[in-house]
Amino acid sequence: MSRQSLAKAHQKIQELSWEPQYHEPYMKYGTDYTFKKAAKKDPLKQVLRSYFPMEEEKDSRVYGASDGAIRGNMFRQVQERWLEWQKLFLSIIPLPEISAARSMPMLFQAVPNPELHNGQAIQMIDEVRHSTIQQNLKRLYMNNYIDPAGFNNTLRNFHSDYCGTIGRQFAEGFITGDAITAASIYLTIVAETAFTNTLFVAMPGEAAANGDYLLPTVFHSVQSDESRHISNGYATLLMALSDEDNRQLLERDLRYAWWNNHRVVDAAIGTFIEYGTKDRRKDRESYAEMWRRWIYDDYYRAYLLPLEKYGLVIPHDLIEESWNQIWNKGYVHEVAQFFATGWVANYWRIDGMTDEDFEWFEYKYPGWYDRYGKWWENYNRLSRPNGHHAIVAEDVDYVYPHRCWTCMVPCLVREDMVVDKVDGQWRTYCHEACRWTDAVAFRPTYEGRDTPNMGKLVGHREWETLYHGWNWADVIQDMGFVRDDGKTLTAQPHLDLDPKKMWTLDHMRRMPHVASPNVILNEMSDSEREAFVADYNAQGPAGRPAGATS
Amino acid sequence: MTSTETERSVPKPQFTDAEAGAKEFPDSGPSARRYNYYKPAKRKQTHYEDVTVEVQPDPRHYLSQGWIYGFADGSSGYPLTWTKLKAWGVDNPEPERGPGSGGKPVQDWPAHGWHEFRDPNEEWDLTIFRNNANVERQITANVENARNAKAFDQWNPNWVRFVERHVSTWMHIEHIFGLYVFAACNRSGPTNMHNTAMAVNSAHKIRFAQDIALYNLTLSEEIEGFDGTAHVDAWNNDPEWQGVRKVCEALTAIEDDWAETIFATNIVFEPLLGELFRSNLVQQAAPGNGDYVTPTVMGAGEYDYSQRDLRWSQACFGLLTQDKEFADHNKALMQGWLSKWVPQCLEAARQMQPLWSQPDNKPPRFEDSLDRAKNRFAGILGDLGLDVPKELSQ
Repeated sequence: MSRQSLAKAHQKIQELSWEPQYHEPYMKYGTDYTFKKAAKKDPLKQVLRSYFPMEEEKDSRVYGASDGAIRGNMFRQVQERWLEWQKLFLSIIPLPEISAARSMPMLFQAVPNPELHNGQAIQMIDEVRHSTIQQNLKRLYMNNYIDPAGFNNTLRNFHSDYCGTIGRQFAEGFITGDAITAASIYLTIVAETAFTNTLFVAMPGEAAANGDYLLPTVFHSVQSDESRHISNGYATLLMALSDEDNRQLLERDLRYAWWNNHRVVDAAIGTFIEYGTKDRRKDRESYAEMWRRWIYDDYYRAYLLPLEKYGLVIPHDLIEESWNQIWNKGYVHEVAQFFATGWVANYWRIDGMTDEDFEWFEYKYPGWYDRYGKWWENYNRLSRPNGHHAIVAEDVDYVYPHRCWTCMVPCLVREDMVVDKVDGQWRTYCHEACRWTDAVAFRPTYEGRDTPNMGKLVGHREWETLYHGWNWADVIQDMGFVRDDGKTLTAQPHLDLDPKKMWTLDHMRRMPHVASPNVILNEMSDSEREAFVADYNAQGPAGRPAGATS
Repeated sequence: MTSTETERSVPKPQFTDAEAGAKEFPDSGPSARRYNYYKPAKRKQTHYEDVTVEVQPDPRHYLSQGWIYGFADGSSGYPLTWTKLKAWGVDNPEPERGPGSGGKPVQDWPAHGWHEFRDPNEEWDLTIFRNNANVERQITANVENARNAKAFDQWNPNWVRFVERHVSTWMHIEHIFGLYVFAACNRSGPTNMHNTAMAVNSAHKIRFAQDIALYNLTLSEEIEGFDGTAHVDAWNNDPEWQGVRKVCEALTAIEDDWAETIFATNIVFEPLLGELFRSNLVQQAAPGNGDYVTPTVMGAGEYDYSQRDLRWSQACFGLLTQDKEFADHNKALMQGWLSKWVPQCLEAARQMQPLWSQPDNKPPRFEDSLDRAKNRFAGILGDLGLDVPKELSQ
């Protein structure tokens, strides 16, 4: 369709807007926001007559490239270090995508402007595309990559793994609780507008540098749909801003959504990009540099700041604090170290860092070696079974961390950890912002105002609780992370596929039992807990015990 | 003059030999190259199943830490109680997890009957866009061909009025179903298979609504005096349309039962009112009035319903009427839904009756058309193992 006819066609389909005459649609999903009904413009101006052929063409390119990758033996050039991390990433991402599809009707009901519903419905179809195209990519990796273990059972593993649930926030957060908090602010305003830049643009770029051009093929195709979704979010945000009563809730939700996305996405994607790559050119951008460009400049400065004049209260402090966490407090490095510490509880292989990696990290993050170098040397030393335990059970100057009750990433920047008794339980939080999210924001009242539609944080939010007192071998068997010989672990702390170099359940059987930090915390007396907090806050960096010097 | 060449900084490809079969180790064999966390419906796993099954998790399967966000009322995830229908196993308690419980992964897959449903259309990324793009191309070609052939000149004036005022009005029903029935329910189903089927059904409806709207736009450009907005007036005011509008809107207002909404729409409304109007009136009347184009536009939507949307709905509800634990419970509920919705649809059908006498060249009689629709409807119920409700003969 020509541009002119598309505009005319779009104008025509506005005649479809529906004003109920006999029955109002059932409102299943509530919100505490209020919206005034007013004529709005559909930000997408998308007509299905052009949409379907456009997407079909995009699909043809993606599947053509997939075919080419197989015929061209792409997997002879793929870095295993990189593909292994995709076992985690491609476990998680189809769920947030399909959850985004599921969240769209929450917006139909909450936002009473039929002009916006067309765009939201198209986003729903896009998201079905994204979820299934990504499941298909994982299937292709499983079929053609040297080690299918971990790809072949991802949708079980992801839900049992000791860090998979962290990623699930980036899905359930879209579909549960207050409809606008979930489907608009958390999903479209923050996750899609800010963080898909690192997810779907920066990370695929790194994939290409590691010999994998299929991830960029699929994810750039996905990202080309995201711009439409960003427009959806923007239109809803402007409508919300037009009602003074919404500003308090917008401020709350932007703080929650920003901080949670930072905690979750920077943890995962930062680790994939920095620790999953073999590309150590000094002039390639680090995750911190990418973050500064894509998120700080493009999102914060170019997108959020101009909204201030419409009355949006922007969490400047949290945005600066996120940068502080990434640049000064080593957030991504601390997370990568945690992932590698618990390699036994994962379902992918984590390669150790080499001298070349050390050099690159030191160049990009001055002081990195003093903080993390020794630990990674220990990781390499303990990577092949040789009469010792896996690193999690060895003394390498690393104190196993407590989980953050809110974001479920552990409290890795030890000095920031706070404790609070919430809902009758002592909980640890990685940062005051996460404590506020649980204790203040996700509550039926907020700053004296009733918020009856606000969601709740529920579930068994500390993985270790489930396995408190268990032997590691039993834990791994229970999770199903065992290869087809019945004893070799799916996960390994190296990339060597020589069966003699691979860890088995027998090695795990000899390790000390798993202990839940939260169970132990709740058994402490007040004075013990105070001493614990003081000690914990004095720990680090790199998880070192309090008082350790190097 | 001298020039210095600086080496471009680009990643260096390396030979890694990371392709399947390069080494032998535990899990390197072909049997490890399949998704192993679910059982296929048939002997072999299908592509559709691989990209669909278990993407939406379930605490009775592998969700060891449970749902992590809840609604204000305490519900979370995809509650199985969002319909009154039941599938076997749903009354068995969820695994209780807590300190030292372990993950309690599912022992027998699936844990309950909802997971047995598969969309017989096997819709996913490739099929959705391929099918719908094909339909759009076909409609565009048909209409373009008609325009070039001056086919609209052959329409008699009364038929022009009929298309602008009544055929076009159908777009509103498709649009409402697309957005406020099928898309609205795609958050509510118990599995990814259900919700994706509803999302695809929604796409068909929204597309069909727009196809009719854009066809109407073409007719406004091609036929002198064609009133492109007459359908809005008919939709808002014509008595023939108010009955069907009332039912259509009532379907969006069903409280908290996605299955009743889908059942009442695809099993009851569509054969008794949708096909009655589209197939038994428009498709029959058009040729006699010089119109061979409108049936191709309406036919595309009709095909979506009869070959795809009805098909998945029958597979979905058929499993439940034959459920090994709750067949009687489900059938009783569905019979109740039939008693509720059939009279409303028949009343709306009768309100539409005057439309049958409007074209110059008459379609089959209304009563004959309605009988055909009723017979078709009875056949669908028979396939589902449901009784024809007594209300059908009223």
